Amino acid sequence: MANKVIHGIFDDDDVLLKGVKEIRERGISIDEVYTPFPVHGLDHALGLARTRISIAAFFYGIMGTMLASLMMYYMMIADWPQNIGGKPSFSFLQNMPSFVPIMFEVTVLCASHLMAITFLIRCGLFPGAKAQNPDPRTTDDKFLVEINSDGNDEAVRQALMDAGAVEVNEQELA
Amino acid sequence: MYTFSKNAKLVTYIMMAIGAIALVYGFATDGHRTWPSLLLNNFFWMAVSLGAIFFLAVQYAAEAGWATGLKRIMQAQGSHVLFGGIIMLIIFIAGAMHWNHIYHWMAEGVMDPESHHYDKIIAGKQAYLNVPFFLIRAIIYIAGWAWAGHMLRKLSLKEDMIGGTEPYFKSRKISAIFLVFFAVTSSMAAWDWIMSIDTHWFSTLFGWYVFISFFVSALSVLALLTVYLKKIGHLEIIRVDHLHDLGKFMFAFSIFWTYLWFSQFMLYWYSNIPEEVVYFQQRITDYKWPFFIMLGINFALPVFLMMTRDAKRAWNTVAIMAVIIVFGHWMDFFVMIMPATVGHHFHIGFVEIGGFIGFGGFFFFNVLRTLAKAPLIPKNHPMLKESEIHHI
Repeated sequence: MANKVIHGIFDDDDVLLKGVKEIRERGISIDEVYTPFPVHGLDHALGLARTRISIAAFFYGIMGTMLASLMMYYMMIADWPQNIGGKPSFSFLQNMPSFVPIMFEVTVLCASHLMAITFLIRCGLFPGAKAQNPDPRTTDDKFLVEINSDGNDEAVRQALMDAGAVEVNEQELA
Repeated sequence: MYTFSKNAKLVTYIMMAIGAIALVYGFATDGHRTWPSLLLNNFFWMAVSLGAIFFLAVQYAAEAGWATGLKRIMQAQGSHVLFGGIIMLIIFIAGAMHWNHIYHWMAEGVMDPESHHYDKIIAGKQAYLNVPFFLIRAIIYIAGWAWAGHMLRKLSLKEDMIGGTEPYFKSRKISAIFLVFFAVTSSMAAWDWIMSIDTHWFSTLFGWYVFISFFVSALSVLALLTVYLKKIGHLEIIRVDHLHDLGKFMFAFSIFWTYLWFSQFMLYWYSNIPEEVVYFQQRITDYKWPFFIMLGINFALPVFLMMTRDAKRAWNTVAIMAVIIVFGHWMDFFVMIMPATVGHHFHIGFVEIGGFIGFGGFFFFNVLRTLAKAPLIPKNHPMLKESEIHHI
């Protein structure tokens, strides 16, 4: 078990992006990259799998549509049918156009909120969560590449320096 | 540099020949049916051209760089607007001469209190709906659109020669002026040319509804031309990322079309006021199949077939969807124009489809001819690099 991680600090996102590719080409796997802002193309360079949140969002949306249909059916058809503008009040299908705005809104509500909540849960972000970044400078202007060294410290250090890191640190894991 | 090959030329000639045969056959058998079909098909392809000029102007006004490699295609698409516009004027003048009866308000005696054709409601609109003002407006719209398309093309060609940023900033200025002009005239043209067919009826968002319908068609045709040019080995800098963005536009504006369609439909359906709801009454009873099929094609198909990222990044899928969307919106215009002109005697037959193919041939002939006149990539465009490295 590795009990030590090596941190390479970068000060430019273009250098970082190129560096990440170079390090990976050497067969060294990168555990995590901390950046102060989203770097375009970094997920691709790191070889991360594509997000599945869009699939989740689709199903949340479908759920919202069904929820809204059920709600409108119960309120306006089953429980308390009302005569509004002479529209047939005992048929969901014939009244459906007037429910479309509600169905649409609830779809958006469910898709967006549940998607955001899913994201926060998957990231382990909840009120009072402790910051995970190992170096506070990554919230300002530095980029940090974290590599779990499996005994070949020197190779990792060299790879980081070659890739353009301005600083290489080590951190013992408790 | 694209060359308008013999085969491509032959295809457009054959399409135009089919259109000509359809027109001649139509006028020989049933002129009452052919005039609206002529209006429909000419308006549709003219509007596809107009939508491309609008999209081009948006690229300049927003200083967007990603589509730089596609600008020549938009310019070529826009070159048809003058030809389409002139045929529109011929149709209107023919209407004013009572050769056709597309526009009921042009009919004799409608505005005359003494006549037994007198229609009080239409007479109340005389200040706006009268032949001279109508023709003047039409000329202003067409001249403005054609001018903007011509200027943007000219400046872009000049840019190829002299370089620098001067043509770009001038294009941006023209685009900004054109967008204001277009915002007003696209709506007014829709009221004049399409809404006034149902002279008694009115809808405040009709202009946007028409606009979005032809805009999504224009984007689809743009995607189709992009795929075509890419497949025959042009457009080196255009990659799947650009296609993805075009696909997003097609998808998004299909949804937006549905939004506007539904906004219009639901308010009339819900309030159920006779003078308003008669429009949809007629469409649902007499035009049941075209009406619901075009809804399915224009809304359900894009939603289910274009929603995923993979679909928008596949050249063939986007091309097929483009063809489907173009046909769907042609049907949408069919359902807008036909009920008040031919009523329940409508056909979707040789005259209509043939006219669609014929004017499509005319459109593609103009577009490809213009495309062949200049390199496909504007080489001195200040944002060319941005388009080259566009990545999503």
